[in-house]
Amino acid sequence: MTSILSVKNLTVATKVNASRLLVKNVSFSLQPGKTTCIVGESGSGKSLTALSIMGLLSKQLVQTQGSVVFQEQNLTLFNNSQLREIRGKKIGMIFQEPMTSLNPVLTVGYQIGESLTVHLGLKGAALKARIANLLQQVGIPESRADSYPDELSGGQRQRVMIAMSIACEPLLLIADEPTTALDVTVQAQILKLLDELKTRMNMAMLFITHDFGVVADIANDVVVMFRGEIVETGAVEQVLSNPQHPYTKALLDCVPDAAGKKELKPMDYAWLKGEVTT
Amino acid sequence: MSQIILEAKNLNKTYTQRSGRFGFGTTLVQALDNVSIQLRTGSTLAVVGESGSGKSTLARCLLQLQPLESGEVFFQGKDLAQMSGEDLRVTRRDLQMVFQDPFASLNPRMRIGEIVGEGLLIHGLGSRDEQKSQVLSMLNRVGLKSEDVKKYPHEFSGGQRQRIGIARALVLSPKVLICDEPVSALDVSVQAQILLLLKELQAEMALSTLFISHDLRVVRHIADDIVVMNRGKIVEQGEVAEIYENPTQTYTQQLLSAIPGQKHLRKQALNA
Ligand SMILES: Nc1ncnc2c1ncn2[C@@H]1O[C@H](COP(=O)(O)OP(=O)(O)OP(=O)(O)O)[C@@H](O)[C@H]1O
Ligand SMILES: Nc1ncnc2c1ncn2[C@@H]1O[C@H](COP(=O)(O)OP(=O)(O)OP(=O)(O)O)[C@@H](O)[C@H]1O
Ligand SMILES: [Mg+2]
Ligand SMILES: [Mg+2]
Repeated sequence: MTSILSVKNLTVATKVNASRLLVKNVSFSLQPGKTTCIVGESGSGKSLTALSIMGLLSKQLVQTQGSVVFQEQNLTLFNNSQLREIRGKKIGMIFQEPMTSLNPVLTVGYQIGESLTVHLGLKGAALKARIANLLQQVGIPESRADSYPDELSGGQRQRVMIAMSIACEPLLLIADEPTTALDVTVQAQILKLLDELKTRMNMAMLFITHDFGVVADIANDVVVMFRGEIVETGAVEQVLSNPQHPYTKALLDCVPDAAGKKELKPMDYAWLKGEVTT
Repeated sequence: MSQIILEAKNLNKTYTQRSGRFGFGTTLVQALDNVSIQLRTGSTLAVVGESGSGKSTLARCLLQLQPLESGEVFFQGKDLAQMSGEDLRVTRRDLQMVFQDPFASLNPRMRIGEIVGEGLLIHGLGSRDEQKSQVLSMLNRVGLKSEDVKKYPHEFSGGQRQRIGIARALVLSPKVLICDEPVSALDVSVQAQILLLLKELQAEMALSTLFISHDLRVVRHIADDIVVMNRGKIVEQGEVAEIYENPTQTYTQQLLSAIPGQKHLRKQALNA
C-alpha cells in the first residue's frame, strides 16, 4: 500500500549548536486509514518530530537533515505559503498545550471557523452551522462558541483544538497528546469520533501519547522514541505483548494497573549500559 | 483517625457566560454547587470527574485565587478569608499549587533557576547559596538536570515544563500541595518517579495533597480518599479502594468502566 506520509532520516538540532541533536535520523511512514502512536520518554523528541513534519519548528531550532514526503510531495522543500495551503486543510494538527496555541483575544467559535473560511470558503449561516456542529461533536454546547479560551476548562480548550483540527476533514491528523485533559468518558467519545473520521475519510493519524491504555485501544502501529531516536517500531500487538528493545520493555514495566496492586516504580536504567552510544 | 488540614464548606461559584447566537444573552453556569471537602493531614485526596465539572475552579477557590460566591475554606482550623498580615504570608507559602497548563503558568522571560527559586527569595528562606542548592536538588528530584537552571521555559518539552511547575511548588516545603493534572504529560516512568517523590515528602514532612486527575490508574495508586465530581456537584466520595470496588453512583461506574486499554490488559493478565 502507498503511504500518505513518509518521514526519512529526520534530524533536528538547535541553531546555536548544530551537533546537539534533539531528533536523530527518525524514519517512519503512515498509511491512509491507519493510526500510528508515538510513545516514549518525556523529552525524547516526539513533539519536535511532529512540529518538524508541519514545518513549525521554533526559530531556535532547525531541521538539519531528512525529508518529509506527503502525498508524493516533499514538504521540506515547500515555502511558508505552500505549507499554509496544506496545514489545517489536508493535515490537521492538535498541539500539546492548548492554551498556548489558542488566541486569547478571539472567541473559540471564530478560531474554529477560521480554517473553514480560508480553506473551504464557508461564510454566514453555513459557517455558523458548521461551527455549531463541530462543537457538538466534541461535546461542547454550541452556545460556548462565543466564549474566549480562558473562560473554558482545560479539557474544553483541548476539545476546541480537536474541533479546529478536524474542521476541514484532513487526510492526515497529527495529534500531540490530545486527550490528556479529558476524563475517560469524554476521551472515549473523542477517540470514537476520530475513529469514525478514519473510517469515513480514510484519514491517517499520528497520535502521540503516554497512555498505553489508549495505545492498546486505537493504534495499528507503534513507534517508540528514546533520547531523540526511534528504538522500536511495529504492529501494536507485537510492541505491547512482545517488545524487543530493552527501553520498551522497561517502559511497559512501569505502566500502572487499575487495581493498584502493582508497585509504582520508575524505570531501572541498568539496561542502558552498552545499549546507546551517547 | 487523623486531623483535617484543609477543609472547604459549602462552596458555591457561578460563572456568567455569554450566549445566544449574537452573544448578547448570558447564561449562568454553576461550577461549584455546594461543594464540601476535607483533606486529612498527610494524606492524598483525589478529585476526579467530568471535563468541565469544576475541578480547577475548586482548586483556585481553595487558594482564594478566585472569589467565591459563598462558602468557607479553613486551613489548620483558620478561615482563609479572615487571614491577614503575617498569618496570610506564611499560609501562602504553606499552600502551593501546580497548575493544569504548565506553559501558561511559567514566565517566558525568566530562567528556570529563577522561576523555581522565586518563592524562596520572596519568602526570604535561607541564604542565596542555600536557595541555589535547594533549587538544584529539587530539579534533580523531578528528573531535570542541573544545567537546566539557565534555560528558558520554551526550551523544554511539555513534560519537562510540567515538572518545573512541580519543582517550583515543592521547593517551598508546603504543608498542602494542590495539583491540577500534575503528571498528565509524563511518560509512565517519570510519572512513577514524581508520584513516589510525593509519597516520600508525605512520609518526610506530612505533606497533604489534593490531586486532580483524569488518570484513574494513577489515582488508584496515589490517593487515600477520592471525590467524584459531575456538573459542579460532588456525586460520590470515600476511600479509594472502597469506591473502586463498589462504586454506587452510575457516573462513577461509567468512569471506572471507561478506563482505556482494559481489554488488552485483561488479555495480558490472562496470558501471564
Ligand atoms: N527551543 C528549544 N531549544 C533547545 N532545546 C529544546 C527546544 N525545544 C525542545 N528542546 C529539547 O528537545 C527535546 C525534545 O523535546 P520534545 O518537546 O520533542 O519532547 P517530547 O518527546 O515531546 O516530550 P514530552 O513527552 O515531555 O512532551 C527536549 O529534551 C527539550 O528539552
Ligand atoms: N472564566 C470563566 N468564565 C465562564 N465560565 C467559566 C470560566 N472558567 C470556567 N468556566 C466554566 O466552568 C465550568 C468548570 O470549569 P473548570 O475549569 O473548573 O472545570 P474542570 O473540572 O477543571 O474541567 P477539565 O477537566 O476540563 O479541566 C466549565 O463549564 C467552564 O467552561
Ligand atoms: Mg511533547
Ligand atoms: Mg481543569
